[in-house]
Amino acid sequence: MNMGADPGGVGAPIIELEGVVKSFGPVSVLKGVDLAAYPGKVTALVGDNGAGKSTLIKGLAGVQPYDDGVVRFDGDPITLHTPRDAARLGIEVVYQDLALCDNLDIVQNMFLGREETGLGTFDEGRMEKEASDTLRSLSVRTVKSVRQKVASLSGGQRQTVAIARAVLKRARVVILDEPTAALGVAQTEQVLHLVQRLAEQGVAVIIISHNLADVFEVADHINVLYLGQMVASLDAKQTTRDDVVGYITGTKTQQGANA
Amino acid sequence: MNANPTPPGTIAPDTSASDVAPDLIGSGQEGTIGDQVRAYFQRLRSGDMGALPAIGGFVVLTILFSFLSPFFLTERNFANLLTQAATLVMLGMALVFVLLLGEIDLSAGVTSGMTMALFIVLVNVHAVPWMLALAIAFAAGILTGALIGFFVARVGIPSFVVTLGLFLGYQGITLMIIGAGGLYRVQISEITAIQNRNLPVWAGWAMLVVILAVSAATSFWDRARRTRAGVPNRTISLVWVKLGVIAVIGGAVVAILSRNRGQSVGVVEGVPIVVPIVLVILWIGTFVLDRTRFGRYLYAIGGNAEAARRAGVKVMLIRWSAFIVCSTLAVVSGLFSISKVGSVDAAAGREIVLSGVAAAVVGGVSLFGGRGRLLHAAIGALVIAVITNGLGLLNLPAGVNLVVTGGVLILAATVDALSRVRAGGSIMRT
Repeated sequence: MNMGADPGGVGAPIIELEGVVKSFGPVSVLKGVDLAAYPGKVTALVGDNGAGKSTLIKGLAGVQPYDDGVVRFDGDPITLHTPRDAARLGIEVVYQDLALCDNLDIVQNMFLGREETGLGTFDEGRMEKEASDTLRSLSVRTVKSVRQKVASLSGGQRQTVAIARAVLKRARVVILDEPTAALGVAQTEQVLHLVQRLAEQGVAVIIISHNLADVFEVADHINVLYLGQMVASLDAKQTTRDDVVGYITGTKTQQGANA
Repeated sequence: MNANPTPPGTIAPDTSASDVAPDLIGSGQEGTIGDQVRAYFQRLRSGDMGALPAIGGFVVLTILFSFLSPFFLTERNFANLLTQAATLVMLGMALVFVLLLGEIDLSAGVTSGMTMALFIVLVNVHAVPWMLALAIAFAAGILTGALIGFFVARVGIPSFVVTLGLFLGYQGITLMIIGAGGLYRVQISEITAIQNRNLPVWAGWAMLVVILAVSAATSFWDRARRTRAGVPNRTISLVWVKLGVIAVIGGAVVAILSRNRGQSVGVVEGVPIVVPIVLVILWIGTFVLDRTRFGRYLYAIGGNAEAARRAGVKVMLIRWSAFIVCSTLAVVSGLFSISKVGSVDAAAGREIVLSGVAAAVVGGVSLFGGRGRLLHAAIGALVIAVITNGLGLLNLPAGVNLVVTGGVLILAATVDALSRVRAGGSIMRT
């Protein structure tokens, strides 16, 4: 699973947005947003409700294409018009409502829509092996059997399966929408762990969260959206919780802070 | 299994690290036969009971009726029971394809009736060769499924409403084809043979050997594939247990059917021709449901249609095809019915559909979608057939049969709903 990236160094971004614009009729939701996600780094995207986080993500997923602006992948300009465009590049989104089938087991969920076949029929053994290898590469310890039905899993385990599904096919960018929103303390810890593990494998992780404690625990960069504009792009180690809250609520601007 | 070294730079293990080491993610296939049995009982407790209640019901009813009627446990009645059940087994299996989606097809019965009316009128009145007429009947069935699928999957009308409308409409069409009070006799020997002729005795035993061989071959093929992939297999004794069960039950069935059950001078013996036909359709259908994308996506859509859509499944197309499969298999069930009854009238297929749904649900197919197998519907149909057959032998009024069948359906649906609560409850538990 390791992409051979260099998690220690800064490197070039895998994906880079520049001046992205999106409006719904007269309502302008994204007003020229820049964002970059680096291999092996966790990039957090924070902002209040209505700041445009979801719209930004839907554009990256190819679900709602941007109206204007440049998207660069490995430095090359690309277009993201359909979910398939995103999937082909290795951009995977784990949505807040996890989109798993309760009646299927872990392997079946991880391979849903991209089953391994041989002679026209499922190669269950190969799928089971790959699913198990993926979970192991993420150091997942909480799942007893990959043939458990998802209905029998806890919230944290479900999140784990959803994330493992996203990275199964060598994803390069994984976008996590509120991965800890519905979880208890221990399970949140497990999922954050998983996020770090993803980054160690060279994946560019973009995490959306309302929980600043979580964000500070895992993120390398923190980007703040405020009313459709990226008002701050910060190094997580050189900023504070109060600063970030200030940017989110609009009582602070990066220019002001620098002045 | 090779131990996978933890990647360098591992973060300190979290609190739950102690219970399972990372290289020990199981597949549920490991362990001795005892572990497998324990795992099976655990699945039962969590509400995943499959066809077990239906098998229990079948056994209890068989014992009950054999005490109540001296005719119940005779070779003749056993063969009769199988041919009576064949129509319902087929219809139940047809309905599984839409029930898995959480949909329903209330028109499956009248679809079989209408297509058979069309078939018999083409042959008897218009002197169309029966094979061509049969092809036309199947085409009408496929078109029916396409029509239902269009309204359900494309337009977005609940299947309950669409097929209820069709349930009424097709009764009208059947009436127009046949004419009020009309009745056409089935005089095509090939069609009559399905339910009224038997395989030679040796062919019945050959059939059992083929079933065992196919079953063994698929088991060993699966094991070889898993070994090649490097994942553990279940202990091999389970394969022998499975083959043993098939051999014992199948052997008993074939042995009973191989004895002379004629009542007068003629010898009547052998497995009814309908049995291997049902088994072949059951095998193909199960293969499709378990091992192909179409089958897997039926389950996925029944479980969470939105998840399936996001995973790239063409949900509308799969829904649409499920209704086509259901209607097509309903035509087969109609064929079994007219072969048994020997005639087609304007009411053909009107009564049977709820018994078909009951068969599937009694067998453990969920009305809520996403759970169930073809074999479950077949076993459920046998239970319903035993009730009909047994109560018939007791000379009880026809009303009792309807009341009992209805009661069994509600009981089965209750079990279904409760087992769903059970499965849901386990989410909260962890």
